[in-house]
Amino acid sequence: MVAQNIAFGIIAVIMVVGALRVVTVNNVVHAALWLVLVLAGAAAQYILLAAEFVAVTQVLVYIGAVMVLFLFGTMLTRAQLGKEKQLNNPTWYFGIPASLLLLGVMILALTSSFGDEKLPTDSELVSTQAISDQIFGPYLLPFWALSFVLLAAIIGAIVLARKD
Amino acid sequence: MFALLSSIPYWGQTILRLLGGSVAVLLPAGTIVYLFLFKMMSFMQSRLGPMEAGPYGSMQLFAEVGKWLQKEDLMPERADKFVFKIAPLVVLSSTFLLVVVVPFGPDAWITNFEAGVFYALAVSSVSVLGILMAGWASANKYSLLGGLRAAGQLIAYELPMILAVVGVVIQAGSMNLQDIVVAQNAGSIFGWDGLGNPYLLTQFIGFLIFMIAVQAELTQTPFDMPIAESELVSGYMTEYSGFRFLIFFIGEFATAGVFAFIASVLFLGGWGVPFSWFGWTGINDVDNWMNVGGPLIMLTKMLGLAFIIMWVRFSYPRFREDQLQRFAWKILIPISLVNIVATSVLKVAF
Repeated sequence: MVAQNIAFGIIAVIMVVGALRVVTVNNVVHAALWLVLVLAGAAAQYILLAAEFVAVTQVLVYIGAVMVLFLFGTMLTRAQLGKEKQLNNPTWYFGIPASLLLLGVMILALTSSFGDEKLPTDSELVSTQAISDQIFGPYLLPFWALSFVLLAAIIGAIVLARKD
Repeated sequence: MFALLSSIPYWGQTILRLLGGSVAVLLPAGTIVYLFLFKMMSFMQSRLGPMEAGPYGSMQLFAEVGKWLQKEDLMPERADKFVFKIAPLVVLSSTFLLVVVVPFGPDAWITNFEAGVFYALAVSSVSVLGILMAGWASANKYSLLGGLRAAGQLIAYELPMILAVVGVVIQAGSMNLQDIVVAQNAGSIFGWDGLGNPYLLTQFIGFLIFMIAVQAELTQTPFDMPIAESELVSGYMTEYSGFRFLIFFIGEFATAGVFAFIASVLFLGGWGVPFSWFGWTGINDVDNWMNVGGPLIMLTKMLGLAFIIMWVRFSYPRFREDQLQRFAWKILIPISLVNIVATSVLKVAF
């Protein structure tokens, strides 16, 4: 468990530094690449929690698809090399209270619902079968609702993209 | 479980697995380049290919590596230095991460990952990032165009690849590559178990879609729009020279080898021989010699599949960009969706 705690600490530091660089760096593509590092760190944390399916999904969806589309979009439109002066929003400091508020809400939610509970020291491997049993058993209705929302989003995207 | 393995301490096993993994990446790359890129391509074009270095030019690879190592490491003046340098490493590391889940024998695996196929598909998409980074950081419009084309193509062909694998996963009832190998070799065709049940027979459409998608993911010739040398010089690799180009080059052919390994695990029975030949019933009965025989069987199957990939590469002209996208979205994806429905219906029926 000690090794896992050390690994958690190292990855967490990398993620925090990466997240700060995303908002401070003066280049759109660099910011996107720092974001890749943060998302990869999240995947590594899932691996430490023995949730391999979630970790792999994180890599496939966020790094393999979302970030590639981010980079694709920025490179297609505007992605200068070197520093960009006007990249930071002049009202950036309004974000600080918002993020502090979010932090407070999350701390409150986590402590009130878990309290002193600790993770089991030998976390069992969550098998993919168990996850799918949950999704297609008790959580079938939310799953359907989600797929309906996604379908609506896809149709909306096609309608917006097709002018004719 | 196995006497041979349990006598080696854990760190020894780890070193063995790491060494095996490196060999499993670099050996196919070298073999494919020499056997197919040098010799088979020359044969198809009625020439001899390299003949001077060693007997039949067999030492040519070392000459090539030596040549690249002593070339000057050029970088455009306006290039983004750090991203430019790290991009080839991202591409190559995705290949090394890919081989981690491939089983080569009952114990000859690097990690026995529960969601193995899913992991392989996820990690293979990381190389797109490296290609986009290379294209953007080169400060060259041809590089950027090549990188964008590559990203569009790789995203488009990732979907049919994943959907083709779903058929295999439904049939085997597992995403673990080791379990898929066992399911094929312990299976039977209508009660006859002389051949096992390689999914090449039942998932033939899936196999075809998978191999086409592999061809596109590797940007091999009918799908080589991203590096189209008559339009884009060399696409995202234009500005790379010396050792960095060598890394891209190794990455390209090593990925071909590793994808051929994965295809042979999914569709051709992997490292196994039909278990009925030796009276084995499950993975625990498999004899120890399969840890040596298995990698050799895998190597043979890999060479067969890589031969097909290279044969197609040397035979067909290039797709146009719109044809390439239409082929993925309008033909391959609908067919693979139908394949999934048919497989699940048959799985429930039998």
